[in-house]
Amino acid sequence: MSDWPKKTEYLGRSTPRVDGPAKVTGAAKYASDVQPEGWLYGMILRSKWPSAVIRSIDLEKAKAVPGIKAAVTVRNGERHVRYYGEELAAVAGVSKQACLDALRLITVEASPQPFVVDVVEAIKPDSARVFADAPNLGEAKIKEEGDIHGAFGKCDVVVEGEFSTQVQLHQALETHGNTIQVETDDACTAWASTQGIFSVRDGLASNLNIPQTRVRVITDYMGGGFGAKFGPGVEGSLAARMSRETGLPVKIMLTRFEESLAVGIRPSSYQRIKLGADKEGKLIAFDLDAFGSAGFASGGSSAGGGGGAGFPAPYIYRVPNVRAKHAGVAINAGSARAFRAPGHPQGSFGMESILDDLAVKLGIDPVEIRLKNDPLELRRKEYEIGREKFDWLQKYRPPGTSPGPIKTGVGVAGATWGGGGRGTKAQATINPDGTVEIRCGTQDLGTGARTVVALVAAEIFGLPPERISARIGDTEFPASGGSGGSTTTASVAPAIFDVCTKALNELQVLSGVADARGANFDAACRKLGMEPVVMQGEWREGLSSSGVGGVQFAEVDVDTETGFIKVKKILVVQDCGLVVNKLTAESQVNGGVIMGLGYALYEQRVMDPQTGVCLNPNFETYKLPGAADVPEIEIVLLDMPERGVIGIGEPVTIPTAAAVANAVANAIGVRVHSLPITPDKVLEALGQIPAGPETASSDLDKSFVVVEDLPAVAGEFTDDVPS
Amino acid sequence: MAQEHPLNHPVSRRGFFKGLGATAVATVASRAEVVAGELTKLDAERVQGPGAIPVDLVINGKRSSLQLEPRVTLLDALRNHLPLTGAKEVCDRATCGACTVLMDGVPVYACMILAVDAQGAKITTIEGLSPDGRLTKLQEAFVTCDGLQCGFCTPGFVLSLSALLEKTPQPTEAQVLKACSGNLCRCGSYPRVVQAALQAAGVKTASRCEVIRHV
Ligand code: FES
Ligand code: FES
Repeated sequence: MSDWPKKTEYLGRSTPRVDGPAKVTGAAKYASDVQPEGWLYGMILRSKWPSAVIRSIDLEKAKAVPGIKAAVTVRNGERHVRYYGEELAAVAGVSKQACLDALRLITVEASPQPFVVDVVEAIKPDSARVFADAPNLGEAKIKEEGDIHGAFGKCDVVVEGEFSTQVQLHQALETHGNTIQVETDDACTAWASTQGIFSVRDGLASNLNIPQTRVRVITDYMGGGFGAKFGPGVEGSLAARMSRETGLPVKIMLTRFEESLAVGIRPSSYQRIKLGADKEGKLIAFDLDAFGSAGFASGGSSAGGGGGAGFPAPYIYRVPNVRAKHAGVAINAGSARAFRAPGHPQGSFGMESILDDLAVKLGIDPVEIRLKNDPLELRRKEYEIGREKFDWLQKYRPPGTSPGPIKTGVGVAGATWGGGGRGTKAQATINPDGTVEIRCGTQDLGTGARTVVALVAAEIFGLPPERISARIGDTEFPASGGSGGSTTTASVAPAIFDVCTKALNELQVLSGVADARGANFDAACRKLGMEPVVMQGEWREGLSSSGVGGVQFAEVDVDTETGFIKVKKILVVQDCGLVVNKLTAESQVNGGVIMGLGYALYEQRVMDPQTGVCLNPNFETYKLPGAADVPEIEIVLLDMPERGVIGIGEPVTIPTAAAVANAVANAIGVRVHSLPITPDKVLEALGQIPAGPETASSDLDKSFVVVEDLPAVAGEFTDDVPS
Repeated sequence: MAQEHPLNHPVSRRGFFKGLGATAVATVASRAEVVAGELTKLDAERVQGPGAIPVDLVINGKRSSLQLEPRVTLLDALRNHLPLTGAKEVCDRATCGACTVLMDGVPVYACMILAVDAQGAKITTIEGLSPDGRLTKLQEAFVTCDGLQCGFCTPGFVLSLSALLEKTPQPTEAQVLKACSGNLCRCGSYPRVVQAALQAAGVKTASRCEVIRHV
C-alpha cells in the first residue's frame, strides 16, 4: 500500500499545466531564447571528412572578421576525427552572419582516411576500419539459458526470420545548446536545454576547472530531449571557453543539420531469430544473432550510457531455452545516445513479429499466444481489456484475407519498462501571507514536471494548484536527478509529498491550528508572525514503484496498389501506478504512440556512402509524423494508486511499431521485415516491384554468419527487462 | 499554412523573379535580354548591402528601426536583433512552422522571409496575439486541452490556427488539420492541438482517455 491519500482532490484528475499560459504566449524562455546583456552568437566548425587526421587549423582569418570576438579549436595538435560532423573549432561574434563568414575562413589541413558508414559493409573483412587497431565488428555478448541445442528438436513448430530496424534521430524541436556566461571571477551561469541540470553543472565545472559551487545552471523551459540531452556537450564547453575568453555570454545552439550528425541516434539493429514452440503455442526455444551500430564508438566502452546497440531479447517473454548473441559494429558516424526506451522498440519489433509468424503457423490467435506466454499477470490482464475494447475477436481475420485493393489488418504487441523513482530533494516555504513556494532542482521536458510539483503540494495543503509557486530548473534548488528512464514523476512527486507533509505539520504546530489545510490555511499562516516555515524533504520509499507493462492494438489500411499505409486506430492499455495528472499523462501517451508511428512508418537516417554525410537531416526529407498522420488514439489507463507513482513516458512508445508491423502483415498476408515500413517495401513484399537494395540480402546473410561465428563473452547486452 | 503573401511594396529583385515564373516561362529565352536589362535597372535603383542597412519593421503595432544586413531573415531579426523570441528556430528552411508569424494576418514562415522584405507589412508575433495579457479563446483552449508538451512548437501552432479561426470561425476537423499541416510537433501533441482549435470554435470534443481503477 502506498502512503498517498485515499481520497484526493487534485491527484488523478485532469489539471491544465501551470505553465501552459507562458507557453501559449511566448513568455516561456527556453535556453535558446535568453538574451543576457552583451550576448554573442556562437557557431561550430565541424569535420567535413568522415575520417581524417587533422594536421592543423588556422583561425587567424576568422578572428579578423568584423564582429568576431573569439575563435577556438576544440583541441590543439594533431587528432583523428572519425565521423562527418565531429567538432573542430568554434567562433563567437555579434551576429549569426559574422559567424557564418568566419567559419568559411577557417582553414583546416587534413589527411582524409578511408571510411565506412554502412553497417553491413563495415562487417566485411576488407572494410575500411574506424579504428586502425581493431576490427569494426566488436566483441559479441551472449546470453544462454537452458539447452538451446537440444531444445529445437523438441519443438512442434519452428519459425525463422530476419528483421532490421533503422537509425532514428531524436529530432527534439529545440536543438542542443546552451547560453553560457563566465564572469571574470569565474562564476558561471548556464541556460541549458537539458534533461539534467546537475549533469550540466558538473560537466561545466570540470571543463572550466572550477568548483561546482561556482556554476549555476538554469532550465526554465526546454524544447524536448528524448534521451539525448545530458551534460553540457562539446557545444557547451566551447561556449563556456569563449565566454571566459571574451567576458561576454555566448550562445551556441546547434543547427538542424548538426543535430543529425553528432548528438545522438537510436542505434540500428539486424536480427536473425529462430523461435520454437509446442503445438499449443507455448514457447520452448529462442535463438538470436544480432548486430547493430551505435556509431563510431559502437562496441567500445564509450558507446554506453543507454546508447549501446544491444536490446533486450526475447523481450518480455520467458523462454526456457535461450541463446541471444549480439555484436556492436563501429561505423564512421556520430555516437548513439539514450533514446526514449533505449533498446526496447528494437527488441519489441523483432520478437513480436516472429511471435506473430509463429501464431499464424500454428493457427492461433495473436492475442491468445501472448496470453499463453506472457509471464506478467498485469499485462495479460491488459491484453484482455484491450481485446474487449478493441473488438479484436470481431476484427481479427486470418492474414491477407481482407478484400482488396485496400486491405485492413490488426496487430498487437506488449511492452515493459522500469520507471521508478530515486533520490530527489525539495524545499517548501510557507509565508505568513499564505503564499507557498516549492523549490526542486528537477526540470520539465514537456511531461509537466512543474505541474506535478504544484499538484502534489496543492493536494497536501488543500489549496488550488495556482496558489502554489512551483520553482524548478535551477541548480541552486535542492538536487534532483536527470530526467531519463521515465523517472522524473516517480522521483519528484514523493519528495514534494514528503516536504509538504512536513511543512504542513510544522505549520500546524507553530500556529496551533489542528488542521491547517484548505480553508484554515491562511488563518494558520497569519499566526506565524514574522517567521516563514521553511522545510526540507526528500524522496522516500512507499510513494513510488517501478515496473509497468502496457499493450497496444493497431488497426491499419494498406493500399496494395500503392503500398500506402493508413493507421486507423491505436488502442493503448497502460498501467502507470497512481495517475498524478490524467491530462498530462494522456498527452504523454499520445506523444509516445505518435513517435512510435514515426519509427514504424516514416523515420530513417540515410547516410551517403560516398561522402559519409547524413543525407536527410531536415524535415523535408526526414519525415516526422504530422497532424494528418495521426490515427484515432484511444487510451485506457489502469490506475493502481496502491503502487504509488510510476513513469510512463517510455513504455508507451515501445510497442507501437511492432503492433503496426503486425497489423500490416495481417492485412496483406506477407511480412515486411524492416522498419520503417515504407510503401516500396510493402509493394516489394507483395511481389509487385523487384527487391530494392535494402533487402539485397546476400550481404546481410553473410553478416549474420560472421556474427554467429564470433567468439562471445557471457553477459546481458542491455539493461535487464523488469517483469 | 504555406500561403503566398502579397508583399505590397515596390517590386524587389525576388518579387521580379517570382513574377517571371508565373508569366514569362514560355517566352523567357527570347526575352533574356529584356530580363537582363530590367534586372540591371532594378539593381541600379536598389543596390543593398552587403553591409547593414536601415530596416523598419512594424511588429505587434510597434515600429522598430534596425540596422541589418540584407541577408538577415525576419526570424533572425526577431530572435537575435530584437527581444521577440516567441517565434522559434527549428529547421530554418520552411519545414516545421515553429517560426510562424502573421504578416498582415497571413501566417508565414519567418525563416523564409528576409527582414528587408518584411518592411511595410504588419507583423504579429505570438507576443502580440494577446497584448492586454488576456489569453485569446484559442490560447485558453490550448491550455485547457493540453495542446502542448514541451511547448516549443506551440507559438507556431497557435498562430497558424489563429489565422484559420479569423477567416473560418467554424472550421471542420479537416480544415484544422490543413491549417496546421505546415507545423510539426515532436512531442506528438497533435490530437490535443486539434481538439483545442475545435473547442475554441465552440465545437464540443471528448477526451478518448479512460481511467480504470485496477485492483
Ligand atoms: S524554422 Fe521556419 S519553418 Fe522551421
Ligand atoms: S510540444 Fe514539444 S514539439 Fe510540440
